[in-house]
Amino acid sequence: MAIHTRRSEDGRTLIISIDGRFDFSSHQSFRDAYEHGDQEVSDYVIDMSETTYLDSSALGMLLLLRDYAGGDAGRVRIENCNNDVRRILSISNFEQLFSIK
Amino acid sequence: MDEADKDAQPLRILIADDSESDRLILKTMVRRQGHEVMTAANGVEAVDSFRSFKPQIVLLDVMMPGMDGMEAARHIKALAGEELVPIIFLTSLSDADALARCLESGGDDFLSKPYNRIIIEAKINAFNRMRVMHRTLSKQRDLIRARNEQLVKEQTIARRVFDNVAHTGCLDAPNIRYHASPMSVFNGDVLFACPRPSGGMNILIGDFTGHGLPAAIGAMPLAEIFYGMTSKGFLIGDILREINLKLWRILPTDMFCCAAFLELDFHLGNLTFWNGGLPAGFLMRRDQDLLPLPSRHLPLGVVSGDRFSAEVDTVKVEEGDTILFVTDGVPEATNAHGDMFGEARLREVLDACDTDRSALEAVLAAIQSFTDTEQTRDDLTLVSVDVALSAVLDELPQRVAQSALGGPARWTCEYEVAGETLSQFNPLPLLLHICMEVPGLRRRSGEVYTILSELYTNALEHGVLKLPSSWKSSPEGFGHYYAERERRLRSAGKHDTVRFRLQHETGQKGGELRVSCSDSGEGFDYTDGALSSLENDGYAGRGLALLHQLCESLTHRGSGNEVEAVYCWSIDSR
Repeated sequence: MAIHTRRSEDGRTLIISIDGRFDFSSHQSFRDAYEHGDQEVSDYVIDMSETTYLDSSALGMLLLLRDYAGGDAGRVRIENCNNDVRRILSISNFEQLFSIK
Repeated sequence: MDEADKDAQPLRILIADDSESDRLILKTMVRRQGHEVMTAANGVEAVDSFRSFKPQIVLLDVMMPGMDGMEAARHIKALAGEELVPIIFLTSLSDADALARCLESGGDDFLSKPYNRIIIEAKINAFNRMRVMHRTLSKQRDLIRARNEQLVKEQTIARRVFDNVAHTGCLDAPNIRYHASPMSVFNGDVLFACPRPSGGMNILIGDFTGHGLPAAIGAMPLAEIFYGMTSKGFLIGDILREINLKLWRILPTDMFCCAAFLELDFHLGNLTFWNGGLPAGFLMRRDQDLLPLPSRHLPLGVVSGDRFSAEVDTVKVEEGDTILFVTDGVPEATNAHGDMFGEARLREVLDACDTDRSALEAVLAAIQSFTDTEQTRDDLTLVSVDVALSAVLDELPQRVAQSALGGPARWTCEYEVAGETLSQFNPLPLLLHICMEVPGLRRRSGEVYTILSELYTNALEHGVLKLPSSWKSSPEGFGHYYAERERRLRSAGKHDTVRFRLQHETGQKGGELRVSCSDSGEGFDYTDGALSSLENDGYAGRGLALLHQLCESLTHRGSGNEVEAVYCWSIDSR
């Protein structure tokens, strides 16, 4: 598991990529990935193209990010999910809380 | 303390040597370095001195008359037990075998004669550091061991409390089978079952994020609300909203509970379910047709009350049908190659399931052979419920009131629900609660609830909402009926009402409860046999037949929009 972050060109979007399993062991590094960002960031993108698996504590971490980004008003997109990841997100009906592509 | 121990504090050092001059030289050197010294002239004396002087480091000559150094070292190490007391052999030996034997007998190092002051000082300091480190580690290990024992003890007690809260229900009912494998003392999974006052049962299977204590803490209020509200006659939607609100308030943002809630009404043959975040459950009909019961909602405790959806689905079930739900430990059970069991395999097992073996056992066996010896990663909980229309739960023990004839004897109560309240509020728990003040009725809460609920359902669905019961004769119509019920409820106007009048009187050996229920609907012609034709027709018939069975009399009045049921109880029967 590794977490990388980068910023969009205008600096307003923080893109967080997660490699491998996204589970409880990523807790601290995932929080670090967004909590030390600056005020300019208004949008968050979770890039799951390299994510192989997602467990329920990872869903909890996504909820934490959503809260951090402003709750219902926050803009968090989840992108490039493989089938396993998408299945877990859809069983939990997280598309009601996040925009999932 | 440990720092001081290591550097400044003088040590107690035992020197054993049979040569008086060697002993004196060494004693002088060591004393000059600030340590306290005791001497011994042979092995036996050395062991005795070790007992009385309790030295921290021992300098031991190998060759001594009587008991030699190696023998003395073995005794001293045995006496020291877990404490590390470094033994340094004093030797003029240079034979490798003899030196090795010294270490085998428990020695830690050698000092060669003639002595060198600098080397002696360095060795004493080095071994003291080792001694201090050993003692620190031992202390920490003991502390961890004690804390762990304490923790396990506390968890065992907490577990007992938890079990008392969580397992007060009817999981032991003959139509329920379940399997739960805990990963720690507490399980992240919860499974509750509780009889409903009307004779059916509510079942909740859930999976909290995480395991152990945090998960158990969330499970406590969940169990309290589930059992409390179910036995008071609340409907699935009210209970779900209450649970969600509670969990949303008390759990941290990243914790929630994936759950499925099943409300089984055996009289009506209805399964009403809500699934938020659990893998799809299955309704296995007798004719092998597998109906998935998928998750359509967010898990419990994720969103606030106003965003929470307690929208449910109702399907028709028949005797012999089985409902199966599993937590995600089942599809995620992993074998040695890292492959997951998956939902497709689960479905295959259920499709292939014959009547010889229960579906639950078949799934468990399939997971076992799939994972082989691999430990399951997650909690694994399965529950299967057989639909038993013959109301297996009627036999659940009833508490007999001390004095059935006590309590309020003669009373009347009128209660009317009108307009949009019809869609937002279920008056049955309140009405049941009023009746339950009478001890004689309390013993028959199931029957009383059934009467109230049948009357209310008829008045609301056929009277106010004008839903024709004929729709429910086909599976498609059945779904349509409940969808339409939801839709029409939302548009209930202020002239739409259901009115209850309860009247109770206690006599010599029992009492009589009159329940009259009227609605704002058009009623129906009950005079020319319409009633008997209704009775033959699916559902409304079943409800009315039940009322006839339970009640002394059932009378329709007015335009058919008013019904009075007379229910009698006595202290002799039952």
